[in-house]
Amino acid sequence: MMLEEPILSVKNLSKQFGDGCRRCSDPSTRDLIKNYCPSCGMVFACRDISLDLYPGEILGVVGESGSGKSSLMKCLYFDSDVTSGELYLQDEEFYGQNLWTLSAQKKRYIRNHKYGMVYQNPVHGLKMDFTSIGNIAEKLIAAGNRNVDNMKMVGEKLLDTVHIPLFRMKEEPRNFSGGMQQRVQIAKALSNNPPVLFLDEVTTGLDLSVQADVLDLIKRIQREFGISMIVVSHDLAVIRMLADRTIVMLNGEVIENGLTDQILEDPIHPYTQTLVYSLL
Amino acid sequence: MTMLEVHNFGKTFTNHQLQTTRQAVQNIQFRLEKGQFLGIVGKSGSGKSTILKSIYRTYLPDQGHIYFDSDRFGKVDLTKITERQMIYLRKHEIGYVSQFLNVMPRTTSRELVENAILEMGESESVAQSEAEKALAHFELDKKLWDMYPNTFSGGEKLRLNIAMATVKKPRLLLLDEPTASLDQQSKVKVKEVIEKLKNSGTTLVGIFHDIEFMENLCDQVYDMNKRKLEVS
Repeated sequence: MMLEEPILSVKNLSKQFGDGCRRCSDPSTRDLIKNYCPSCGMVFACRDISLDLYPGEILGVVGESGSGKSSLMKCLYFDSDVTSGELYLQDEEFYGQNLWTLSAQKKRYIRNHKYGMVYQNPVHGLKMDFTSIGNIAEKLIAAGNRNVDNMKMVGEKLLDTVHIPLFRMKEEPRNFSGGMQQRVQIAKALSNNPPVLFLDEVTTGLDLSVQADVLDLIKRIQREFGISMIVVSHDLAVIRMLADRTIVMLNGEVIENGLTDQILEDPIHPYTQTLVYSLL
Repeated sequence: MTMLEVHNFGKTFTNHQLQTTRQAVQNIQFRLEKGQFLGIVGKSGSGKSTILKSIYRTYLPDQGHIYFDSDRFGKVDLTKITERQMIYLRKHEIGYVSQFLNVMPRTTSRELVENAILEMGESESVAQSEAEKALAHFELDKKLWDMYPNTFSGGEKLRLNIAMATVKKPRLLLLDEPTASLDQQSKVKVKEVIEKLKNSGTTLVGIFHDIEFMENLCDQVYDMNKRKLEVS
């Protein structure tokens, strides 16, 4: 049998917004509307989520708005604290350590050295008033680079990889179209050579031809750099093109997981069926 | 050596919205030796594709076992192995060909076949030369190599599909109605392609509407109506 260790492993992640009340803190008396407690207003954004990401694979995460996809990503990227749960990275330095219990400094180190993140809105991932190459340099400096010539070389190579013309590399991303901003963001996320890349709704709001560019780019970097990725999208066509395996979320829970084509052709859970049968 | 053994297999589909269930197939039983070609026949709706898709795990099998002799894992039950193992088998050992082509947009025939090889961890140069060999082998017109397949004819798409699947040299190749909607001339081409595959030692399972066409090629035929295997 194949003994394969996940590069990233999430165990029993829970994320709650609010303090909770007597009714909702006990699962047996909990009476939620979706993931919302009507008596105290607490929101269960992620409930007992466990998942494994394997080296070189793309894991898709689908679900409706409010299902907890982005909360999951924020927890994984330390943008947001978790209520409980464990996160492990297959890495010499952090082997066997629950990343969520590390100091803020160490978390920052992981973000700078081991992670890349591409947000739905480039405003969150880019400094709009820095130059494009400056944005990449920012991440490179955070990851410990100091040699300007070297950083310039890496930056140019990355911008070229994502098809940003080099004569525009000193322009601020605010002048760019949405698709170009997204590609600069991907270049920035790749600059520290991360083993793990998070992509949150990266093609949402882009027109079809630009969307195809971004998808092609993601597939290419997976093949060329062997990066493991978690791709969140509510667009099933995007997931079908990118992901080998997919998990389906609803009201903060993972309700189904499987091979992507199996999820799309033979969905088992009632919600997944509704989702898939709605596909045009 | 037995390559594939389907044992007491069944599959039921449940639609929660309509609260309906449908038993697509049940009690399917057959065994296939290495290098043999099994044809599955039966009318539409008899569950032929269900069997193939369940072997490939596009459908989740819910009864019985499907044993496969894997090069990497030994004898495994395809209904039980992990998703990661199935992904490995799909990349290296089990191919699936249908009449439909579902691929990355704006990717040329050549790139598609190359990507299939790169997926297995081969180098760019190997991918390039193997892709050209495969496209030539299955007689896809050279003009089409550097074109997007969206405007290809059914027969051209099919040959590209077969090239993508066979370039990985799978131990087992599943053919899901590859000749449906093809004209007689294209069918003959497909038959030649299958003959070539068989001669190279690939084990094949195929679904065909017109079994007469495949008759002298199949080693065994599984008849869905009679629920049994016939040796031809």
